[in-house]
Amino acid sequence: MKKNVSLNVNMLTRVEGHGHIVIDVRDGVLEKAQLQIIEAPRFFEAMLQGRSIFEAQHITSRICGICACGHSLASIQAAEDAIGFSPGEQTLQLRRLLLHMENLDSHILHVYMLVLPDLFGVKSFMGLLPEHEEAVRRALRMKKSCNDVCDILVGRHVHPISCVVGGFTKLPDVRQLEQIHQLLSALRSDLAATVELFRQLEFPDFTRETEYVGLVSDDPEYPLLQGDIGSSDGVRRVKQDYRAVTNEFMVRHSSAKHARLSRSSYAVGALARFNLNHTKLHAAARDVAEKINLKAPCHNPYLNSAAQLVECVHCSEDAIMLVEELLAAGIDQREAIVVGVNEGGRIPVQAGSGVGAVEVPRGLLFHHYEIDAKGVIQRANCVIPTGQNLQNIEDDMAKLVPEILARSDEDITLALEMLVRAYDPCISCSTHFLRVDFVGH
Amino acid sequence: MSRPKVAFFDLACCEGCQLQVANLGEELLDILGRIELVEFREIMSENWPGRYDIAFVEGSVVNDEAEERLLEIRQRSDILIAYGSCATIGGINGIKNRRPIAEVQHAVYGERIDWFPARPTRALHHLVRVDYSIPGCPVYPPELIKVIKAALAGLPYVVPDYAVCVECKFNENVCMYDKGVTCLGPVTRAGCNSWCINHGNICYGCRGLVSNPNQAGAKEVLRRYRLDPDRIVDKMTMYNAAMER
Repeated sequence: MKKNVSLNVNMLTRVEGHGHIVIDVRDGVLEKAQLQIIEAPRFFEAMLQGRSIFEAQHITSRICGICACGHSLASIQAAEDAIGFSPGEQTLQLRRLLLHMENLDSHILHVYMLVLPDLFGVKSFMGLLPEHEEAVRRALRMKKSCNDVCDILVGRHVHPISCVVGGFTKLPDVRQLEQIHQLLSALRSDLAATVELFRQLEFPDFTRETEYVGLVSDDPEYPLLQGDIGSSDGVRRVKQDYRAVTNEFMVRHSSAKHARLSRSSYAVGALARFNLNHTKLHAAARDVAEKINLKAPCHNPYLNSAAQLVECVHCSEDAIMLVEELLAAGIDQREAIVVGVNEGGRIPVQAGSGVGAVEVPRGLLFHHYEIDAKGVIQRANCVIPTGQNLQNIEDDMAKLVPEILARSDEDITLALEMLVRAYDPCISCSTHFLRVDFVGH
Repeated sequence: MSRPKVAFFDLACCEGCQLQVANLGEELLDILGRIELVEFREIMSENWPGRYDIAFVEGSVVNDEAEERLLEIRQRSDILIAYGSCATIGGINGIKNRRPIAEVQHAVYGERIDWFPARPTRALHHLVRVDYSIPGCPVYPPELIKVIKAALAGLPYVVPDYAVCVECKFNENVCMYDKGVTCLGPVTRAGCNSWCINHGNICYGCRGLVSNPNQAGAKEVLRRYRLDPDRIVDKMTMYNAAMER
């Protein structure tokens, strides 16, 4: 069949940020499959230049309201790497806990509010209310619990207040840790119900083998906050070499850069992490993977949402374990710090360069700062997970469209929208960091 | 009586203030019972072609496209609410206004600055009439609820014009100046219940400056604590640079 298809999905909905899908098929031949990124530029690197390294977390948290805690943690890690500061064990445990809450919260938002409507054939989360009110209530309740934990831990989930370079400006006391433990334990039954719900739903069937990139390590722990950069094609580099992994390049139809490693594209995110590190997941999470029939290596991008569900259980179980460890050891309140913009030079600063590499909800996130001897930022660079996934999404679209060409335009559009949504793209994040003059300077 | 039609829009921002809506938990369902949500791109695929009774606009205006969009939203809305610091005062998007725009573009896009045009950051009220303002980075949920109630009842809401210090004292926090660091609490509009200072951090002025800041007092405080006035200036430009006009 020689078919012409010209699709232009303006302002993709139920994704974070602004993007278009453009498909052009002439006489049955695919000529164009693009995810156009039209987010208004905000110039974060320019904002950072000339500001104190102690302000970097505050500013870069504002790249994204959804993954503000993830950006904060990557920013802090890069800043501490640059000034040569090593955080203590308690600080690291609390940061791990915060990252778990970030991944859990964001995954719940994604699987329920953005993905579930497609699986039930309605247009939005609100459309679920008439027939699936219990699921809506459960999602809102779970999100609220994640938020309540973040409120205790860092003041709030959107733009956390107390996690800064050097540690935490306020530490939870025993009563608050017990509250967190209660909130997390109460999540278990809702998570089980979520798994049951998704077990009965069917994701679209599509496969395309690609390279998966994420943190890897030799420790038994599922690496989210620490590790080297690894890939399913056998690449392994230290985080400071991130440029050799991301190989970013600019394309005209996207105000966010694209990336590639061993092939034409690679993928980051929950599915990449699952494929690389599934043996290190908490046993309860591995059970969930078995229940929903997710097996590594999985090459169906639609199942990124399933991998997120598996991670939800891992994150909540590991978070509960962390809180129990903290409760057993007790929190040392003397570690609470006063920093401001480091008036009086409480934290020693030196000129240098530092990289943060953190597994945030949508995949591996890099922050990189160069500072002078006073701690003033000279250059900044961030490589965002969604940016790294863009080329991979377009490669998926290029394989998918010819396979489903016999369907109606409406069905093709829905399949493509669902594909893009499966990656949980954070478009406003991905556009804010583009630079072309940094390499090899 | 039919429920008022409410829409959410975003210009240049992080969409975190919209997320604060989803973060209300099951309370959100109570609000949804009182309004008809007709557009909210971040979580809905639906589009509404008619008039909006209430339009929430998050983000600031940083290019021509956004300006056109804002003018259209204003035309189609009975009530327009500037939602979050980016919309009310320009917020951190304003930091770039302190440098020439071409230099900023070059720093990010190199030689290809013509691919992605940009303009200095503007708050919504610089371009259109704004009926309600909800400042904050992010918005403070109790204030959000207060403004929704006011807008639904047709009552005015005025952002407090006294300093964050007033609320901070009620919360019995130790003054950040006593801890030896500068804080914008003395010159920033209250209404957030001194959110950041309650959690051991300083105020960065995200809600905008009070209309009549006590400059002499602020200088006296800096002198007394032997702190560098430049630090205060740096902090004021974090959120309030787009207001220097």
